[in-house]
Amino acid sequence: MTEPRLSIRGLKKAFGPKVVLDGVDLDVAAGESLVVIGGSGTGKSVLLKCVLGIIRPDEGSIRLDGQELVGLKGRALEQARARFGMLFQGGALFDSLPVWRNVTFALTQGKLGGGAKMHALAVEVLAKVGLEPRVADLRPSELSGGMQKRVALARAIAANPEILFFDEPTTGLDPIRADVINALIRQQVTALGATAITITHDMASARHIADRVAMLHGGRILWSGPVSALDHSGNAHVDQFVHGRAEGPITTAATA
Amino acid sequence: MAAADILFRPLIALGRFVLSLLAGVGRLAIFAGHGVKAAFAPPWYPARWLEQMALIGWFSLPVVGLTALFTGAALAQQIYVGGQRFSAESTVPAVTVIAMVRELGPVLAGLMVAGRVSSAIAAELATMRVTEQLDAMVTLRTDPWSYLIAPRLVASTLMLPILVTIANVIGILGGYALAVWRLGFNGSTYLATTRRYLEADDIVSSLVKAAVFGFLLALAGCYHGYRSGGGAAGVGRATTNAVVTAFILILLFNLAITVLVFGA
Repeated sequence: MTEPRLSIRGLKKAFGPKVVLDGVDLDVAAGESLVVIGGSGTGKSVLLKCVLGIIRPDEGSIRLDGQELVGLKGRALEQARARFGMLFQGGALFDSLPVWRNVTFALTQGKLGGGAKMHALAVEVLAKVGLEPRVADLRPSELSGGMQKRVALARAIAANPEILFFDEPTTGLDPIRADVINALIRQQVTALGATAITITHDMASARHIADRVAMLHGGRILWSGPVSALDHSGNAHVDQFVHGRAEGPITTAATA
Repeated sequence: MAAADILFRPLIALGRFVLSLLAGVGRLAIFAGHGVKAAFAPPWYPARWLEQMALIGWFSLPVVGLTALFTGAALAQQIYVGGQRFSAESTVPAVTVIAMVRELGPVLAGLMVAGRVSSAIAAELATMRVTEQLDAMVTLRTDPWSYLIAPRLVASTLMLPILVTIANVIGILGGYALAVWRLGFNGSTYLATTRRYLEADDIVSSLVKAAVFGFLLALAGCYHGYRSGGGAAGVGRATTNAVVTAFILILLFNLAITVLVFGA
């Protein structure tokens, strides 16, 4: 078997007395689209932020193509980060900058200059996510929620990253717009040949985006398997989550 | 056991308070060190520096100018009334200029700008924290310390001396106007006395104070904004804490500089 692109072993993180990740083991193969499902507050975002080096894990190892990411600093960390793109839950667009500056931020790193060229590039990337050129000159606050998500997606893919993270990409969108975003994600991941990790609790989104699904519960990966096995996982926790039942092994007290 | 408990409880509370205070001071100092490092090491963002200079310097002019004008005039009136008791009305220009340049100019300008700027910085950075814009910036390989914090610290440190100089001049003119129009002073004598009593040390200490206050008020805003959390309530808390911290730091450092420069 070839080495996985991303390999997470024994990842632990606690905030004070609250243990969020309690020994996560997870492998993602190159070019694979993995969806991590799990209830609200089960540490799905924390998992992604640990990989990106935004949150320092207490224990464990995260390897990218065999290179250890935990504890990486300075230039080495910068180089590793250049391979990632992330779509944040609320979009996290910089509201002080116009849309086109947002989209090209990974390339300019906040520097001015290259104006016309960057503007043209932004228009090109915006077209990939189905937005008109006029959007490039608007401010993020002038956009609807769905458009903000698209711009955020454009920003995440603008630098052609090898690995894409999507944090709750469909939260706050109506089912139709959510489906448009799902289709765009699937399409762009395929177009870039990227490896993708999406975290969500929207099952429609998971079925649309995933090659493989993993369920995070109680700080560990409880189950993982191909998306086709989702409905007959044989795991009571997964079953309860997938079918959205209040009754089952997952109690809201434990996940709240 | 119970008696010992009652005896120790205030001590425990006091100890906890002192420890948390020291920890806070330590965190702020480490934050300041990190900020200064970011300001001196590349990458630099000149456009962001200029933008912050305009926001902090230019847009603070009206509030600083008005404060200085009214305070200078009120000061002249009070010194006149106080001086009358021992026939020392003629000290108005000398005392006004010393009080204004050494103390009131820097302190009032510092406090007014802190009210405007520390709160704005804290609110902006805290909102960016809450909406994950700071995390997004890191994933886009741009260091928020260089892009957001350093420009604010640098701009504020550079702009406050200019603002304080303007405040000093306007404050002295406020005193002059009131003295000439209401108290019957001779205009040219007033200005000549003002010039005679104004020393180079006064101006230097005024500018040093201004630069220090500028750094401190931006530091307080950045510190509380960058470290905030907890949604909309967190943004509110960060803003309040930033202003309170800035005020305390400005008044504390003012006393320290005054004692160091003029107490020896």
